[in-house]
Amino acid sequence: MTVIITIMLIGGLIFFAGGSIGIIRFPDFYSRLHPAGKLDTAGLVITMSAFALYTIQPLSLSALITSAKIILIVVFVFITSPTAIHSIVDAGVRAGLKPWEKGE
Amino acid sequence: MNDIFLYTGIVLGFLMLLPTYRALFGPTVLDRLVGVNAIGSKTIAMLILIGLIYKRVDMFVDIALAYAMLNFIAVLVASRYFQKQKGLYDEGQT
Repeated sequence: MTVIITIMLIGGLIFFAGGSIGIIRFPDFYSRLHPAGKLDTAGLVITMSAFALYTIQPLSLSALITSAKIILIVVFVFITSPTAIHSIVDAGVRAGLKPWEKGE
Repeated sequence: MNDIFLYTGIVLGFLMLLPTYRALFGPTVLDRLVGVNAIGSKTIAMLILIGLIYKRVDMFVDIALAYAMLNFIAVLVASRYFQKQKGLYDEGQT
């Protein structure tokens, strides 16, 4: 079980690192939103699944409730994170930001 | 197992420094908002990690849920406010 949790934590950290480097390195506002929306959500899902798997190990009622709360946080973030990113895109489009073009 | 969580927390804290650059020096206001959102989504994982290290995860999981709601509401309100200002200019060019 320890090996599974460690592999899941390393996978989540790889997704987090990809998202962070993408936010720094992409050239444009609209392309920066792509790592911010996808990779952070994916990394959070994998990392929180590892935490829920670790919490449930001595099986009891309180451990089961805590693990279910962690899964509920994952469901909440999975719904709200794309909503927040989409509202930022909407603000950018309505404010009139121009997309990046090749050769600029 | 405790050492693995500790190393994960150290790496996660280092990764939280990278979007801080975008939040401080971003060319437009919305870039700063993207950086703040990325930092907030990493903080949720960090809070559960602190609870696992201190063996009080039943308390920290509620704090993490409240922080997730707060982060979502903050980003939503800020983006609704900034879309009222027409012609969001590029700060780097002026």
